[in-house]
Amino acid sequence: MLALYAREVKLGIRAGSGALTGVLFFLAVVTVIPFGVGPDLNLLARIGPAVLWIGALLASLLALERLFQADREDGTLDLLLMSDHRHMVALTVLVKCLAHWTTGVLPLVAVTPFLGLFMNVPPLGLGAATLTLLVGTPAITFIGAVGAALTVALPRGGVLVSVLVLPLVVPVLIFGVAASRGAMADPDPFLPPFLILSALTLFFAVLGPAAAALALRHID
Amino acid sequence: MRACGNLNELPESLPAFIYVSMSDTAKQTSRLMALANPTRFLEIAGAILPWLSCAALFVLAAGLWLAFAAPEDYQQGITVRIMYIHVPFAWLAMFCYGLMALSALGTLVWRHPLADVSLKAAAPIGAVFTALALATGSIWGKPMWGTWWVWDARLTSVFVLFLMYLGIIALTRALDEPTRAARAAAILTLVGFINIPIIKFSVDWWNTLHQPASVFRFDGPTIHPSLLWPLLISALGFTLLFITLHLMAMRTEIWRRRVGTMRRLSARAAEGQAS
Amino acid sequence: MRLAAENLGGERGGEPIFSGLSFTLARGQALMVTGPNGAGKSTLLRIIAGLLPPAAGSVDLRGADETWPDIGSAAHYLGHLNAMKTALSLEENLSFWRDFLGAPKLMPRKALDEVGLGEIGHLPFAYLSTGQRRRAAIARLLVSYRPIWLLDEPTAGLDRTAEQRFSRLMQEHLEEGGMIVAATHLPLGIKGAQELKMGEAAR
Repeated sequence: MLALYAREVKLGIRAGSGALTGVLFFLAVVTVIPFGVGPDLNLLARIGPAVLWIGALLASLLALERLFQADREDGTLDLLLMSDHRHMVALTVLVKCLAHWTTGVLPLVAVTPFLGLFMNVPPLGLGAATLTLLVGTPAITFIGAVGAALTVALPRGGVLVSVLVLPLVVPVLIFGVAASRGAMADPDPFLPPFLILSALTLFFAVLGPAAAALALRHID
Repeated sequence: MRACGNLNELPESLPAFIYVSMSDTAKQTSRLMALANPTRFLEIAGAILPWLSCAALFVLAAGLWLAFAAPEDYQQGITVRIMYIHVPFAWLAMFCYGLMALSALGTLVWRHPLADVSLKAAAPIGAVFTALALATGSIWGKPMWGTWWVWDARLTSVFVLFLMYLGIIALTRALDEPTRAARAAAILTLVGFINIPIIKFSVDWWNTLHQPASVFRFDGPTIHPSLLWPLLISALGFTLLFITLHLMAMRTEIWRRRVGTMRRLSARAAEGQAS
Repeated sequence: MRLAAENLGGERGGEPIFSGLSFTLARGQALMVTGPNGAGKSTLLRIIAGLLPPAAGSVDLRGADETWPDIGSAAHYLGHLNAMKTALSLEENLSFWRDFLGAPKLMPRKALDEVGLGEIGHLPFAYLSTGQRRRAAIARLLVSYRPIWLLDEPTAGLDRTAEQRFSRLMQEHLEEGGMIVAATHLPLGIKGAQELKMGEAAR
């Protein structure tokens, strides 16, 4: 399993373009917002955490399509499925998700504070947004794995993955934004939504890989 | 065993060895399967459908007539009559998803040959009822709230449900092979089903965070009996209508698959002649 | 340990392509599956590997034990695809599979020597020719031990020397008590292999 993680991370880094594309997309989403809503710094500061979350959400959905497709195209997926007895497929999926998150989504989290500066988000809000993204984005990857597994046989499943996954990540988005807003705006709480967000991530860490493994086993 | 109930297979063309190789338990299962046999289903559905559609029309007519005979709400006036179609639509939006989740279990766990037909046939009907629930809610909302759409918790949840329906339909349409599409849709339906409470909870949270003043709450039990009876009858009528539509859609889907099988067979026969 | 198939039927896209296949394979035996394109050779291998459900009948491992509880865990599957990542070097690819598949046997370097790729183990897989890629995939069979080899057109793209080398490897595997099921339309040069003709005759 460690070998799988190491290899996936290595592949993610060597392929390289994935993380860069994601970060650029994130940057693009965040920079078009002020053009859309106007340069009012107060307004931007208010919607800043939400924009960061939406940008990171969309950017992390971008690369999901390839999560299993690359393995299917070179035959690796067959061997991963056959090794079910040694390495449970759900666990294999979980490890692949973690590796994907490390190489594809962690860079997004890392650039969040810098992008937040564009949105005039105060330092506390930057920290909160980054922290909530760090905790919440794995959930997006885990649910996304289900979408990626369901569309693994489709040559162009990318848009479909997003369509399938978006309604399911609504709760993650709600609590992620609620927590990061809670850190900035005083009456709103930070800890309850943050804890719920963590719970969601843990819950989807089970549900996502299990469902994705089922899908990979039955659809191909 | 699965080949017995395989919809893609015409009953006449079932290879004989399947029957030969059946063990006792297999025979027992086959009797169970016979109830679920698509041909049998077509017969039964064909016999029920005329009665069912008549009953649906009758109850619906009764429900609507009662709805217009019912007293107007002292606050809402005539607009309350939208409730008699809006609430059944919303109920069926959820009922249909529940039915699909059951069918999904049927596909994945029991490998029931009709379950995936049921799921695939139900999805578009459910989507339409959900859309109607949203539309009637919106029309109702205009005089009540003064705007076509509010991000009310209930409306938002139903809207997310609508998106999930669309996702399931898109997925079944995208995968061309019936068994593969059925399993994919089943998995997605179940994942969605598990998520519905979470989505509902999160939307409620989000809503209280953003809109502390709730505009309108419709609490079932406190409703006056003079309004409740027409509502229940109307709901029953729409449920009957839903079942009718669902059975019809299932029949169509089974026929569609048979036509596909026949086409493949004739293509193969033509190839056999050529070579 | 025996590999036994009974009345096996397979379908592709909901359409039955073969039915009523039965065979048993004991240790040290090989089965050559031959037949024209589209006869269902690959489908049969995928069904044996557990990657596809059988449309009818069953295939299982008689006398399975703790180490090899089912066919999927007891078999190497060499499909049309090589299951190698183009961005990684040969040795990286092989040592991953050695770790992941378990039951390690040869070191990657040694396995590459066996297939005549010992010199270029450091090259990324992307730079290899078709024949070299196939040989690298064959080396995967050697880095970890599996009693059953399921081979789908294993010699596709191999030249004569590589083919001969591969028949020697298969022969060794059989002598060690392994089993081989190979789909092929070229003779693989295994002595005493059973043959299963698919296609016209089986229909």
